[in-house]
Amino acid sequence: MNRVLRTLFFAGLILLARTAGAQLNIEITGAGANQIPIAVLQLAGEGVLPGSISDVVAKDLSNSGRFNVLYSGGVNPLPTEMSQVNFGDWKSRNADALVIGSAARLADGRYEVRFRLFDVPKQAQLDGRAFTLSAGQWRLTAHRIADFIYEKLTGDRGVFSTRVAYVVKSRGRYELKVADSDGENAVTVLTSPEPILSPAWSPDGTRLAYVSFQQKKPVIYIQDLMGGRQIPIANYRGSNSAPAWSPDGRQLAVVLTRDGSSQIYLTNPDGSNVRRLMTSSGIDTEPCFAPDGQSLFFTSDRGGSPQIYRVGLGGGDAQRVTFEGSYNVTPRISPDGKTLVYIARNNGRFQLTAMDLASRQVQTLTNTQKDESPSFAPNSRVILYATDLGGRGVLARVSSDGRFSQRIPDQAADVREPAWGPFLGDQK
Amino acid sequence: MNRTLKLVAVSLCAAMVWGCGSQPTADSSGKPAVEDRNPTPVIPPPERPRTGSADQSGVTTRPLDSSGQVGNELKDPNNILSKRSIFYEYDSDAVRDEFKPLILAHGRYLSSHRGAKVLIQGNTDERGSREYNIALGQRRAEAVKRMLVLQGAQESQVEAVSLGKEKPRCEQSGEECWSQNRRSDILYGGEY
Repeated sequence: MNRVLRTLFFAGLILLARTAGAQLNIEITGAGANQIPIAVLQLAGEGVLPGSISDVVAKDLSNSGRFNVLYSGGVNPLPTEMSQVNFGDWKSRNADALVIGSAARLADGRYEVRFRLFDVPKQAQLDGRAFTLSAGQWRLTAHRIADFIYEKLTGDRGVFSTRVAYVVKSRGRYELKVADSDGENAVTVLTSPEPILSPAWSPDGTRLAYVSFQQKKPVIYIQDLMGGRQIPIANYRGSNSAPAWSPDGRQLAVVLTRDGSSQIYLTNPDGSNVRRLMTSSGIDTEPCFAPDGQSLFFTSDRGGSPQIYRVGLGGGDAQRVTFEGSYNVTPRISPDGKTLVYIARNNGRFQLTAMDLASRQVQTLTNTQKDESPSFAPNSRVILYATDLGGRGVLARVSSDGRFSQRIPDQAADVREPAWGPFLGDQK
Repeated sequence: MNRTLKLVAVSLCAAMVWGCGSQPTADSSGKPAVEDRNPTPVIPPPERPRTGSADQSGVTTRPLDSSGQVGNELKDPNNILSKRSIFYEYDSDAVRDEFKPLILAHGRYLSSHRGAKVLIQGNTDERGSREYNIALGQRRAEAVKRMLVLQGAQESQVEAVSLGKEKPRCEQSGEECWSQNRRSDILYGGEY
C-alpha cells in the first residue's frame, strides 16, 4: 500500500441522511493543497438508471477530502472511449485525472455500466471496468467505481462501498440502523423502546452483535442482516455487554457479570462454550481483538484508574498500554494493527486519541468534549466516532493522523454508537 | 432499633388502610389497595399523604393478605421500604450513611419474604464511555446486593444489573442533574 499520501487521507462519506436523498452539509476542515484535481464526466446514457452514477462518484471523491472535483460540464458528445477524449482540453482545465464512462440497458433488463480512468498529463488509461447490474444496484456500483478510482490514485483501498451501523435515539425510541457509508439506503435493523448499544460487525459483514436493554438489563444479541432474526447469545444473571468479534468470526469476547464484577469471557457466536479469559480484581471491559486474533486490548481499572491493557489469548499477564492521564477507555485497534485509538479524559474533556503502537507516540485527534465509541474504517485511514454538538449526539470522522476532520451539523436526531463495517468481498 | 421502626411503620400503614373506614380498601382504579400488584414506575411516586391518612382512631389491627403477609408496605410512602433509590458521589460505589437504613430495611424484608425478588439497577452520570459506565453501574448495584445479602436476603432473590448512563433520570448536564443519575434503584418483581 502506498503510504505516501497517507497524510492527505480523508474518507468522505456522509453519514446518516435521515431520509433517502437528504443533502447534508459537510464541514471539512484541514483539507490541504495536495488534493488531486479530477474531472468526473457524466456517463453517456446514464439517464437509463434511477440515479446519476457520476454524481455519486463525484460526491464520494469530493467528500473524501483527497480530491478536488472540477467542473466537468459543457462536453458534448460525452466521450466513451479514450480516442474520443480531448486531453488538451482537460489539461487546460488543470485536471490531473479524468473519469468517463457509459451506461446501457441490456436485452435481459439488466444494465451495463463502464468507466475509464485516465491520467491526463500522461494521456494514459489507469483503470477501466465494466459492471452488470440491476437497477437497484446503481448506487453500489457508483461506490465501487469510486473505490477503484480512489485506490488507483491514492494507493489506499477505498471504503465507499462499505456500510456503517449506528443507533438513532428519538423520543422514547431507539433504532439500530445500517446504511451505505454515505448515509444513503439506511435500513432499520431493530427498533426498541429500550436502549441499544455497542453494535459490532461480524468480520464477514453478514451479522451484527449488539447490546439491547429490551429485557430491562443489558443482554447481548446477534442478528443476521439478511434473515433479520435476533438471537440472544449472552443472557446471564447480571449485565451482558461489550461484544467484540474475533477476526476469524469464530468467537466473541464479551463482558459478563455472572460471577460478580465485569469480566471478559470468550464465547462462540451461538452462545456456547463460554469461558472466562482471566480473573482481575476490578473492572475489565471493552475488549477489542488485535487484527491477528492473538491478543485483546481492553479497559481495566485494576491499577486504580481506567486504563488500556493488552493481554495475549494464549495466557500470560496483561500489559498496561496507556500511562498518560487518569481515564483512558474504549480501545480500538486499526485493521492494519499500527494504530490504537481510545477516548482519553483531558481536563474534563473526553477526546479521541491515537497511539502509534510502534513509537508509543500519543496524539489527540479532536477538539471536542464528549467523544465516544470510535470505529476504524476497514482501510485504517479514518476513524468514525460519536460526539456531542449542542447537546445532541452526532457522528464525526477524522483521519487517523488527525489532519482532516468532518462532522455533520444540523442533524435532527440524536445519533450514537457508530460501527464501520468490513470491506465488501471479504466474505469468507 | 430498625425493627422497632419497621413495626411502627407497618402499624401506621395498617392503621391507615384499616382506618379509612368503609371506602378505603379500594383505590381509584377500583382494586383493593392491599392487593395492589400494579407495576410501579422505576421512579417511586412522589411522597404525598394518602387519602384518609388523617385517621385518628388509633386502631392497630393489621390486615393480612392471602399469604399472611403484611401488604402494602413496599409502596406506603411512610414506609422506608417505599424508598428505592441510593445516590452516589462521582466515580464511587460507596453507600453513604443516609442510605444504609433503606438498604437494611429491604434486606430484612427480603429475608422475611422469601418469595420476593428484586432487581437492582445501577446507573451513572453521562460522563465517559457507555460500556465503562455499564461496568461502573454494575459495581454500584453489586455493592447494594452485597448489603442486602448481609441482611439475610438470599442471592437468588437479588439480581444486580447495570443500565450505565443509558437511562438518566435527569437529562441536563451539570452536577445537579448528574447527582440524580448516579443512582441504584431497587425494583421488586412486577415493577419492571
